[in-house]
Amino acid sequence: MTDTEVTVGILHSVTGTMAISETGSVEAEKLAIEQINATGGVLGRKIKFIQEDGASDWPTFAEKAKKLLVNDKCAAVMGCWTSASRKAVLPVFEQYNGMLYYPTFYEGLEQSKNVIYTGQEATQQIIAGLDWVNKTKGAKTFYLLGSDYIWPRTSNKIARKHIEGHLKESKVVGEEYFPLGSTQFNSVINKIKLTKPDVIYAIIVGGSNVAFYKQLKAAGIDLSKQTLLTISVTEDEIDGIGGENIAGAFACMKYFQSLDNANNKPFVSEFKKMWGEKTVIGDVTQAAYLGPWLWKLTVEKAGSFDIDKVAAASPGVEFKGAPEGYVRIHENHHLWSKTRVGKAKLDGQYEMVYETADLVEPDPFPKGYQ
Amino acid sequence: MLGDYSIGDLGSILAMQGFAGLILFSVYVLMALGLAIIFGQMGVINMAHGEFMILGAYVTWMTASLVEAYLPSIFSGYFFLAMVLAFIASGSLGMLVEWALIRHLYRRPLDTLLATWGLSLILQQAYRSVFGAREVGVELPQWMLGSKQITDTIEVPINGIFVMCLTVLITCAVAYIMYMSRWGRQVRAVVQNRVMAGAVGINTEKVDRYTFGLGCGIAGIAGSAFTMIGSTGPTAGQLYIVDTFLVVVFGGAASLIGTIASAFTISQAQSTMEFFMSGSMAKVLTLLAIVAILMMRPQGLFALKVRK
Repeated sequence: MTDTEVTVGILHSVTGTMAISETGSVEAEKLAIEQINATGGVLGRKIKFIQEDGASDWPTFAEKAKKLLVNDKCAAVMGCWTSASRKAVLPVFEQYNGMLYYPTFYEGLEQSKNVIYTGQEATQQIIAGLDWVNKTKGAKTFYLLGSDYIWPRTSNKIARKHIEGHLKESKVVGEEYFPLGSTQFNSVINKIKLTKPDVIYAIIVGGSNVAFYKQLKAAGIDLSKQTLLTISVTEDEIDGIGGENIAGAFACMKYFQSLDNANNKPFVSEFKKMWGEKTVIGDVTQAAYLGPWLWKLTVEKAGSFDIDKVAAASPGVEFKGAPEGYVRIHENHHLWSKTRVGKAKLDGQYEMVYETADLVEPDPFPKGYQ
Repeated sequence: MLGDYSIGDLGSILAMQGFAGLILFSVYVLMALGLAIIFGQMGVINMAHGEFMILGAYVTWMTASLVEAYLPSIFSGYFFLAMVLAFIASGSLGMLVEWALIRHLYRRPLDTLLATWGLSLILQQAYRSVFGAREVGVELPQWMLGSKQITDTIEVPINGIFVMCLTVLITCAVAYIMYMSRWGRQVRAVVQNRVMAGAVGINTEKVDRYTFGLGCGIAGIAGSAFTMIGSTGPTAGQLYIVDTFLVVVFGGAASLIGTIASAFTISQAQSTMEFFMSGSMAKVLTLLAIVAILMMRPQGLFALKVRK
C-alpha cells in the first residue's frame, strides 16, 4: 500500500473445471473495482488488484491466498467459489489475519471474523422458496435431488426438516444423490414419473445440470405442468442448459438479471459494456460485485484499512446501490437480503414471480435444522 | 415403494426403465468404440479420448450457430452435417497427434498414458481459450426434442432413440471395417505381429495413423451425439473418460464383442440398481462388482487368445 494506492487480491479459478463458474465472479469484481476507482477510490486511494489463479485445486487456493496476504499484503481478497476452496483458505486468512469476501450461496455452518459472506447461506435461500411453493401451488409432496457433496446434502437436510416440520401435511417422497459429473438421469426420471411428486427440488451442479434438464425434457416431463424448484441454476448455467430445456422451472435465490430496480439497470448495462453484450449475470456474479463495494464502505466507516478495525466495523454496513436492491451486513458477517423466486423463460432469463416482503435474516447455524 | 401402483403403471414403468437401460447401453458403446480401437488394437492408453469427443461437440455447436445464421432453411437437418464434420475434425486431429506424438511412443504404453494425459490438459486449456470457460448450449432442431408417446403411459425420449440408431449404425460400420475389409485385416495383422506384418509388405506406419484417426473420429461423432444429452464445455470430456475406460477394460481390451458385452452388463446393472437405490450407491456397487470380477478375470470378459 502506498499513499495513492491500495492493493486487493482476486483469487478465483480461471483454469480447470471451476473456471466455468468462477469466470463471472472475476468479471464482476473487476467491474466493481473499476467503478470504485472512477468515483475516487477508497479513502483517497486507488485500488490496484493482483489476480491469482486457484486453478480449481484446493491446495493451490491456500498457497495463493498465503502469497496474496504475506507477499502482496493485500488489504482484502475477493475470492473462492466452492466451499472446498473456502475451507482450504480459511486457516490461511485466520492465521495471517486477512479479509476474504466470499460470493457464493453456500451451506452455512460457518462464521469467521476474517470472512464476509456476500451470498446467501442455506436457510435464506431454501425456506422462503419452499413456503412459496407450498402456498401458491399447494405443493405437499417433494422429491429431493442433488449432486453428491456437502452443499446439496446440507441444503436438502434443511429442506427436509422444513417440509416435514413446518409445512402442513407435506412429506418428502424421495431423496437422491448423484456423483459429481454424472450424466445419466433416465432411471431417476422414471422414478419421478412413478411417484408423481408435486415438486421436484433439484440441487444438481456443473455438467450434470445440463444432462439432467436435457433428459428431463426428452423424457416428456413438461415443466409448465410439473413444478420444479431449484437453487443451483442461475442465468450462467442456463447458457449451457439452453432456455428451451428449462423454461417453466422455478429458481429460488436473491438475484436475477431481469430485476427491475434503479440499481440493477445501470449495473447490467455497465457489465455488458465491459464484458460483451452476450454475457449473462447470475446470482453469484452479482454477489461477487458486492464484495469490493462492501469492503470500500466498511473501510470508510472504520476510517482505516486495518483488518481488525474493518472486521469490527462490518456489522451494520449498508450498501444501498446493490443491484439486488439493498443489503446490510449482519453481526455474523453474512448479509441481510431478500429472497426471490424466478420462473425460467425461453430466452434464458428469469422472470421474478415472488419476493419476500422483508430482508431475510442470515442464520448460518439454524436451530432445529441440523 | 411399489405397493401403491396398479399393474398397468408398473408395466409401463418397467418398459420405460428397460428403455433407459438400453439408452445407457448405447451411450456406453458409442463412447467406448473409439477407445476400443485405439486401446484395444493399438495398445495406446489414450487419456485424451474425452477431449476428442468434446472437439466433436464444439464442431456441432459451431455448425449449429453457422447454419442458423447463414442457412436457416437446412437447420432441421444440420445435425447430420455436424456429425460428418465432427468425424473429420477429430479424425484429422487424431492423425496429427499420432504423427507428432504417439508414433514415437509405441512399445511404451505407460508413456502414452502420460503423454496423452498432458495432451488432454493442453486441449482443455485450448478449448477454454478459444471458446471461453463457460459451457455453450447447442441448439437442436425441434424434431429432436421431447419424447414419443408409444401408449398412454409409455413414452420414450427421441434423443435416446436417435443415439440408439446411431450406435447400431456405427458399430456395424466398425465391425465391417475391422473384420470384413482388406484394411481391417491389415490392422489386425499389425496388432498381432508388427514385424511380420511389415515383412509381408503392409505399410505399418500408415495403418497406425489411420487406425488412430478412425478411433478419434468415432470419438468425435460420439461427442457430437452427446450434445443432445450432456453438456458442452472445456472440461466436459472428463465426465466420460472413466466410464469409457471401465467399459473397454472390463470387456477385454482387444475385443469388439467384449466392449459391447461389457457396455451391456454395466449399463443394465447401473440402471436397474439406480431404480432401487440412489445414483451414488448404484455407482459404488457397480464399481465394486467390476473390481471383483476383474480380480478373478484380469483379462476382461472376452480376451483375444494369442500365444505369449
